[in-house]
Amino acid sequence: MTAVRKFDAIVVGAGGSGMRAALELARANLRVAVLSKVFPTRSHTVAAQGGIAAPLANSTEDNWHWHMYDTVKGADYLGDQDAIEYMCRRAVEVVVELEHMGMPFDRLENGKIYQRPFGGHTQDYGGNKMAMRACAAADRTGHAMLHTLYQQNVRANTQFLVEWMALDLVLDPQDGAVVGVTALEMETGELFLLQAKSVLLATGGAGRIYWATTNAFINTGDGLGMVARAGLPLQDMEFWQFHPTGVAGAGVLITEGVRGEGGYLLNKNGERFMERYAPNAKDLASRDVVSRAMTTEIKEGRGCGPDADHVLLKLDHLGPEVIMQRLPGIREIAIKFANVDPIRDPIPVVPTVHYQMGGIPTNFMGQVVAPEGNSKEAIVPGLYAAGECACVSVHGANRLGTNSLLDLLVFGKSSGEQMLKDMHALPRAQRNLPKDAGEATRARLARLDGAASGERVVDVLNDLRRVMQAHCGVFRFPDDLQAGVAKVKEIAARSQNVFIADKSRVFNTARVEALELENLVETAVSTAVSAEARRESRGAHTREDFPGRDDKVWMKHTLWYKEGNRLDYKPVHLRPLSVETMEPKVRTY
Amino acid sequence: MKLSIYRYNPDKDAKPYLQDYEVVLDHSDRMLLDALVKAKAQDDTLAFRRSCREGVCGSDAFNVNGKNRLACITKLAELPDHVTVRPLPGLPVIRDLIVDMTQFFKQYHSVKPYVINNDPPPERERLQSPQERDELNGLYECILCACCSTACPSFWWNPDKFVGPAGLLQAYRFLADTRDQATSERLDNLEDPYRLFRCHTIMNCVDVCPKGLNPTKAINHIKEMLVKRAV
Repeated sequence: MTAVRKFDAIVVGAGGSGMRAALELARANLRVAVLSKVFPTRSHTVAAQGGIAAPLANSTEDNWHWHMYDTVKGADYLGDQDAIEYMCRRAVEVVVELEHMGMPFDRLENGKIYQRPFGGHTQDYGGNKMAMRACAAADRTGHAMLHTLYQQNVRANTQFLVEWMALDLVLDPQDGAVVGVTALEMETGELFLLQAKSVLLATGGAGRIYWATTNAFINTGDGLGMVARAGLPLQDMEFWQFHPTGVAGAGVLITEGVRGEGGYLLNKNGERFMERYAPNAKDLASRDVVSRAMTTEIKEGRGCGPDADHVLLKLDHLGPEVIMQRLPGIREIAIKFANVDPIRDPIPVVPTVHYQMGGIPTNFMGQVVAPEGNSKEAIVPGLYAAGECACVSVHGANRLGTNSLLDLLVFGKSSGEQMLKDMHALPRAQRNLPKDAGEATRARLARLDGAASGERVVDVLNDLRRVMQAHCGVFRFPDDLQAGVAKVKEIAARSQNVFIADKSRVFNTARVEALELENLVETAVSTAVSAEARRESRGAHTREDFPGRDDKVWMKHTLWYKEGNRLDYKPVHLRPLSVETMEPKVRTY
Repeated sequence: MKLSIYRYNPDKDAKPYLQDYEVVLDHSDRMLLDALVKAKAQDDTLAFRRSCREGVCGSDAFNVNGKNRLACITKLAELPDHVTVRPLPGLPVIRDLIVDMTQFFKQYHSVKPYVINNDPPPERERLQSPQERDELNGLYECILCACCSTACPSFWWNPDKFVGPAGLLQAYRFLADTRDQATSERLDNLEDPYRLFRCHTIMNCVDVCPKGLNPTKAINHIKEMLVKRAV
């Protein structure tokens, strides 16, 4: 039998959104547990660098309408405009709150929060002037934010279950309501059933499905796997952001804030090539635009280095003072991972997988939604999702820089608020757990522990990452996509026959990695299948055979189901909450 | 290269031992963490923590040839051909390179690591000049990897009573924040023969900090504040 522990609410993941939600829940007198595979300050929010978007207008004129316009356009009109309005209107509130919590933002001479320009942030609805909207703590904004949120949770006495991995959702077969999760306590190797009235998934991204990624080892799409196995859909999984500036060969992120501060990209001829691709915004065009331009430069033979396989990010002209004051972390990374001191020399960079725009479909209160009966967006009782694992969708087909940290705060907070509200309407007593609760998880663990032979986890994982890199990149080709789907399905089958030599209980990281592989596989299959089916180019999804955006047919969200790799679609929310619809236009920067 | 790695699995080992791994490096292997990942690919029973692989999450602090370091930003090129990797010293070992950090975090929590300000929050941000904000530099960047505290003999002797360099660095981070109003409460909390004054300026913490921070300097600032308060 699996031991049962009871809570009112469970938060899975202790990154920015999970810990922001936990703060809301801490205000009520509830039994709440926050699970995390790692100590909370090790969550990947820690690696965010450049800033968090909010139209504070501390340095340039700005307002939420302009921020909303930039986000809708940046999303290439696949974002839900109600959710985008909601996020932009709450931006100032959540950032000011974060400052009050103790966030060490950089400051302007007048004592207000320092803000820098970022890609796609404009004044006056895409006008020629950039807006300074990215609130920054040097180039360590994510680190400062994650620690601040953890500190507030320490103050609020939040109960953390540190180094626990959630494995599967537990559903009530009566109505599909989520009534808990199964989870592994890594230190003891013991499996638990954590019963709860509501469960928030805040498990972050899954960039480890690619070979070259800015993502941490822990970013394995655990929430996505849990949802897929529960028979619920994943939305818009074909949209993966390639960040223009990952350190060539190492994958480590170099913030867009470098270009915000005035850095720019050069090809082998020393040409500032972004002037050709985006005459207005140049190096501060949207990330999809810059990544395509860089890839084209490299493909056409204008890359740098002996293998002509990267371009250069020049920032020495900013001077040592700006670099030391505003970009000290970048300098550290460049010296360590690229062997260059950016005070003197440019940094070799390539587009590198960074962020998933898709994820678990939710509304802007964090409630998970899925098609049922006549509705495309019926609420799944008891289940919530926030942060990178969720698809609200505010980022649509391409996320703007600094909107991710904002997403964590706004939707972390709104999910926490909604969970409290929903919980008040529920009976005090917990539902009974279904008889077979935890059975699926026990079967998975039994298979792993029982296997006497099979493939190594690391070999299957590396093949998966290579296939995704080769078949689902910045530019996508029809043959590659089709072959990619077949190969990923093959790897999915192989992943069911992996073998781990380590059968021990205490801190068995081999078992954890095998379980993570299953989640990565669900993520990769959903990506490949969704990408192959979308016959247009929009945002980060660029097809050689369908180079244009097709609003008539394809202005819709993809929904992928694990069972039979079935696809469904649902309309984009074009109507905002209070303003006029922002009509799709040709997207230039 | 040859790695000698500390192994201990309480499920089966009566006592710890060193296990040797021969790892073949290629040009994409830059850091010690890359070599450890390769060793784990040979032997999945090897257990260690790791996450961001860029020196900001603080997961992979180990004792490398006698010095506490983060594996992910320790360049292989700067290491000899034979490297011995042990868990951080002074903390209970759970398994292999994984230590129990409960005591370390308990000390961190004991300094009330959050801004305390009981004024009603203003509608907008609290103001702070760039110079005031600069006071937090060298403090807020701490990643809680525990390299410093587990290199500190005073922390080894009294991990339950001495806050340790990491906790004290954070204690000063909040004393130095102009938005914080709990200065005297914070100083009361530290004015103790053990909590603060077990620091004997050995400066191992400064020597090992992978982020280049200086806990000793922060500790001296706290001591100065206590002296000023007394006179």
